[in-house]
Amino acid sequence: MRVALFITCVNDTLFPGTGQAVVTLLRRLGCDVEFPQAQTCCGQMHVNTGYPEEGRLLARHFVDVFAEYDAVVAPSGSCAAMVREQYPRLTRATAPAAVPAAGTSADATVAGVAPAGRVRVPSSGGPVSFADEVAALTPKVYDLSEFLIDVLGVTDVGAYFPHRVTYHPTCHSLRGLHLGDRPTRLLEQVRGLELVPLPGADECCGFGGTFAVKNPAISAAMCGDKVHNVVSTRAEVLCAADNSCLMHIGGTLKRQRTGVRIMHLAEILAATEVTR
Amino acid sequence: MSGGNNTFLGMPAFPENAAAAVQNSQLRFNLRKATHTIRGKRAGVVAELPDWMELRQAGKEIKDHTLRNLERYLLQLEEAVTEAGGHVHWAADADEANRIVADLVKATGETSVVKVKSIATQEIGLNEALQAEGITAYETDLAELIVQLGDDWPSHILVPAIHRNRSEIREIFQDKMADWGRAAPEGLTDEPSALAEAARLHLRERFLSTKVAVSGANFMIAETGTLVILESEGNGRMCLTLPETLISVVGIEKLLPSWRDLEVFLQLLPRSSTGERMNPYTSAWTGAVEGQEFHLVLLDNGRTQVLADEVGRQALRCIRCSACLNVCPVYERAGGHSYGSVYPGPIGAILTPQLRGMSSAVDASLPYASTLCGACFEVCPVAIDIPEVLVHLRGKAPHARAERLGMRAAGWVLNRPGRLGRTQRLGSRLRRFVPKRLPGPLSGWTNTRDIPDIPAESFRDWWNRTDGGAR
Ligand code: SF4
Repeated sequence: MRVALFITCVNDTLFPGTGQAVVTLLRRLGCDVEFPQAQTCCGQMHVNTGYPEEGRLLARHFVDVFAEYDAVVAPSGSCAAMVREQYPRLTRATAPAAVPAAGTSADATVAGVAPAGRVRVPSSGGPVSFADEVAALTPKVYDLSEFLIDVLGVTDVGAYFPHRVTYHPTCHSLRGLHLGDRPTRLLEQVRGLELVPLPGADECCGFGGTFAVKNPAISAAMCGDKVHNVVSTRAEVLCAADNSCLMHIGGTLKRQRTGVRIMHLAEILAATEVTR
Repeated sequence: MSGGNNTFLGMPAFPENAAAAVQNSQLRFNLRKATHTIRGKRAGVVAELPDWMELRQAGKEIKDHTLRNLERYLLQLEEAVTEAGGHVHWAADADEANRIVADLVKATGETSVVKVKSIATQEIGLNEALQAEGITAYETDLAELIVQLGDDWPSHILVPAIHRNRSEIREIFQDKMADWGRAAPEGLTDEPSALAEAARLHLRERFLSTKVAVSGANFMIAETGTLVILESEGNGRMCLTLPETLISVVGIEKLLPSWRDLEVFLQLLPRSSTGERMNPYTSAWTGAVEGQEFHLVLLDNGRTQVLADEVGRQALRCIRCSACLNVCPVYERAGGHSYGSVYPGPIGAILTPQLRGMSSAVDASLPYASTLCGACFEVCPVAIDIPEVLVHLRGKAPHARAERLGMRAAGWVLNRPGRLGRTQRLGSRLRRFVPKRLPGPLSGWTNTRDIPDIPAESFRDWWNRTDGGAR
């Protein structure tokens, strides 16, 4: 099985430690992972801010980069949800243009009309539309916790992390990907870790990508309530499967000098006695 | 308050309204308490039904089927209503609907009407339009009465006075009831029962003396020409049965093909809206009954235009249960008034800009009044994918030039891995110069949060330097 890491642009640029933790963890579990160098961004920011054209270009690029792998693993519920939920919608808008008019031969499309590498011919003949390519790719895209539990079949990843931790499920993990209790099942198996429930866990932290910039007052109020709940658990660490939400909550935790650390799920799962 | 579609126009954009509202601690407390209570109740009664998801799917499909065949069913409805002795009027927009109602009232020679709570008539600004013609409209729903007496705006579609607490209500009753009819009793306390009794006495006088009523409807049955209203105070039933003339103003999307379909919605609506297993009063009437004249005004007011949008049209499935408002973390903090429309909350954020277009500041900002957290979609009894419509509308919303340039620049960088890598390395080199507080539109972020430190090395560079940690 060829497993590709989709590290995501935010992690690549701002949280390289999360990507490194994913590599450590998956290698420890016996996976051969590759990092396709051409990867950039899933396009979520563009699409969700109202720039579907730019988003579609990035989606096109994403599909080109990852189509050949058996599995794509992303340490981000939000980016995985983007690919699985929103890519099909993005292609719907362009699907008619990608399908040749009746009567044109598939070969002519491949050779002449379409830009090189944009249209592939499946064994059954006839050109493959962008929608088909997306449909083929999306079931292979996993959030880290899904890959561990559903594909590798492990919940005990051999981690050791002797701290009091609370878990924020993040909206896109919860309602976009329907991760359910997968992340907490993984955390419960971590030796030494004390998992404490977060009050109001399923409420949004107020990040929402550009929402935090466009509606700063409401975003800050939402985050203030989230931070209040985090602090009330007396946890040392706030864990989530999305660094964007963690950056947002963490920025407030830090500004308020609460002393609560933020950690991505991958970083806790990668920790062992040796790394301490 | 001006009439018609301009009701709330000229309002600042959502972020400014919300920034002011979020500072009002009393409002925030009232909203939080009310939405959390009803949220919990809804979750409880929904969990009781093992087939909730099937019901929801059925509700969605019935509505979609009706919308796809809207013209056919509307004509069927018109025929059935007419046959049962009612009169059907078609109104393309707010002005037309208001004129029809005003003319109908004038023809009776009356100068006042009682009203059953109706959002459609608020959407078109009917009360104000009637006022301009010398006709006074009296709201009879308790919460609407509070809003009307307080010269206020509704801030929730089910509980229009959700932003008021009982001591505020007591004050409003004491100060204003006398101006509108029977005064509040002496020594009125803020006990809920005392407040309800004051409203009951005030309203009873009104019901018995008014000859014309105006209502909306929750559902219209094409097959039989029947209109249905669900309510919980009994004031609706009084309005529907006592007056000599009944005028119902109903959006064309409120249609259901047959009686059988009602079964689905009589389960979906009360559980989603009030968190009750069934609602206290369900009234149904077909055409004119003896001694009463009945007029149905079918309101378009932008609805056919919404229907033309393949993604956006799902908003027309809405049965106005308000479940999406009660779970929305943005609504909870911004309050209903910030949305600048009679449709606040998540449904307002997708319906209003479609009905009115996005040429005003507030309408253009509504598709952005959400974090896309998806809580609204999860509770919607007719499965309206509100986040999907929000994103779709953002694609059509006007964009500021600076933002457009920024997004294009980001797209340019992200389109090529080489450019992304070079930008990351530039960022790392300059990381000591990143200020703690960012300028311009980004200052909203750094006002309350610390920005993360920029790492010395990106993941990409680490992978290449160490061969993925192998070296
Ligand atoms: S959008 Fe759905 S949840 Fe919101 S009011 Fe309409 S029917 Fe209810």
